[in-house]
Amino acid sequence: MKEVLKSEQNASAVKHLELAPEAERPYLDSDELILNMGPQHPSTHGVLRVILKLDGEKVMGTECVIGYLHRGVEKIAEHRTYAMFNPYVDRMDYVAAVSNGLGYCESVEKLLNIEAPPRAQYIRVILTELNRMASHMLWLGTHALDIGAITPLFYTFRDREEILKIFEKYCGARLTTHAFRIGGCLYETYDGFEDEVRKFAKFVAPKLDEYETLLTTNRIWVERTKGVGILSGDDCKALGVTGPVLRASGVKWDLRKAQPYSSYQDFDFEIPVGTNGDTYDRYLVRIAEMRQSLRIIGQAVDKLPEGPVMAKVPKVLKPPVGEVYHSIEAPKGELGYFIVSDGSTQPYRVRVRPPSFVNLQALDKMVRGALVADVVAVIGTLDIVLGEVDR
Amino acid sequence: MADETKRNPSEQQKAQGGEKPPAQKPPISPDPTAAEQKIAPGKAGDVTQGKAPVTVQPSPPGAAETARPAGAPPAGAHAAPPKPAGPATTPWEHERVARLKHQYGSGIKEAGTYLKQNFLVVNKEVVFDVLRALRDDDKFDYLVDETAVHYPDRDEAFEVVWILYSFASNERVRVKTSVKDGEKAPSAVPLWPAANWLEREVYDMFGVQFEGHPDLRRILLPDEWKGFPLRKDYGIIQQDKEWVQINLGIESGQ
Repeated sequence: MKEVLKSEQNASAVKHLELAPEAERPYLDSDELILNMGPQHPSTHGVLRVILKLDGEKVMGTECVIGYLHRGVEKIAEHRTYAMFNPYVDRMDYVAAVSNGLGYCESVEKLLNIEAPPRAQYIRVILTELNRMASHMLWLGTHALDIGAITPLFYTFRDREEILKIFEKYCGARLTTHAFRIGGCLYETYDGFEDEVRKFAKFVAPKLDEYETLLTTNRIWVERTKGVGILSGDDCKALGVTGPVLRASGVKWDLRKAQPYSSYQDFDFEIPVGTNGDTYDRYLVRIAEMRQSLRIIGQAVDKLPEGPVMAKVPKVLKPPVGEVYHSIEAPKGELGYFIVSDGSTQPYRVRVRPPSFVNLQALDKMVRGALVADVVAVIGTLDIVLGEVDR
Repeated sequence: MADETKRNPSEQQKAQGGEKPPAQKPPISPDPTAAEQKIAPGKAGDVTQGKAPVTVQPSPPGAAETARPAGAPPAGAHAAPPKPAGPATTPWEHERVARLKHQYGSGIKEAGTYLKQNFLVVNKEVVFDVLRALRDDDKFDYLVDETAVHYPDRDEAFEVVWILYSFASNERVRVKTSVKDGEKAPSAVPLWPAANWLEREVYDMFGVQFEGHPDLRRILLPDEWKGFPLRKDYGIIQQDKEWVQINLGIESGQ
């Protein structure tokens, strides 16, 4: 997987590393090595290529090469109607497709100046929080696998399966769900939906404790994650890093609380925060977030209001001329949509503010001066999905 | 990508019975190429909404476009109107706006609120100073996003948009400025390091250059890519044909 870069086409990237202003040399004077990681590397969670500049085992600088999964969704959007573009957003962060759909539908609703009915909003909250858990479970399994703990992968995938079963029963799809429509939800809940979600909540609560017994006080886990990839709260703000990474650095900020959308103000939950901003704290924050998600799901199921699941929307969607930015708290951070309407049936411009793309930019800061093995841990802890980085 | 390139506008129309709405003149940018590339909405609009319980609608798909002149309020007479009147842009009155206007005078072209979202339209000469003032004086310490929009019919064809957020006051503001094709916009990297990749993406997709960016290169597309895909006049099909011809030595099936 790792090879010395020699080819011509890498020359520009390598040159960039040498010119990097922060490349001071407090380390031993030895030959520097340019090392290529990826794009096909088991711990890059997709096709991410990281070029490392090494001094011995120390990382002197990094350069991310991205775009391997670029499909141009923003261009596609300009050639589709508002409703037609809806399924495409599922393919960005494909492990949290429900969140992507929620963000897009809410943005277009805002542009149309309509609101989904209360029942639809609650269904959206339940499914989105289930999706947040699924996303965090997948993250935990693969992140632990990267660091060398194989067992959690099987545990988390076993439990994630139960969530996917609920999705499948609700809308027929497990991964790219296309669960919501502009104006609400297409489907009413199926018979026994509430009971099944309650059953799942009861089933999964002890499983979260199980993950913690495997990792939280595991000496190898602690040694590999504590003090690794530290990012301060101010660094996070400057780099635009959001989501669990920001909260692990001690900034108590969650869009569900700061600017509630889709009835999140009705629910009682807390924002878990860390103190050190290292990989271990980010792990604790995400585990705590899963517990909070369970709380939200429980309240939403108990309070699920009656009524329609679809607002009155015109048959042909033609938002008035104007532009809107709306964002939600996706499992990875702030997922925003900036939509410009020219009054026609197709968006004039759709800009997606991808949390993974912005968070990945912090990689260089987090691994400078660390060891090669820490790069793998840091890529894992950032919880990036390359489908969203590249779009 | 393959899926996208397959959808040649004319083929798409044929597939949908050749019905095409009259060329809509989008009020903010009547761009003939963009209008031509846009495929006829046809049936797709009702695939999802047709199943909604509230919209039982006998009129054939596409009738809504032909019946109404472009630019009319979207809530048509025959569809249930979801809202009373279209939202309007109102002036944004705030102590901050007054201060900025006092300081930069006509540099602040517009300060408005649309759908409860505040925005500033600023001359490109002063936009960097305005951004710095917002960051330092008003604690907009988080650059949420930086992007651009292409309006080919305007003299200043590219609108660069900064979306800012303040953790202290929990509010957002959009700052917009316009630049001509080939003109440079000021880089926000000295203010927020987060702008680095975001500006590289804007350059990659629109070809807008940023003055003061430390390393302005393509980021998502390969270095040797031709053209800037998110410009309205960028043709997808031609690029694909050329690529297939050069790299595979066959005729493209598009």
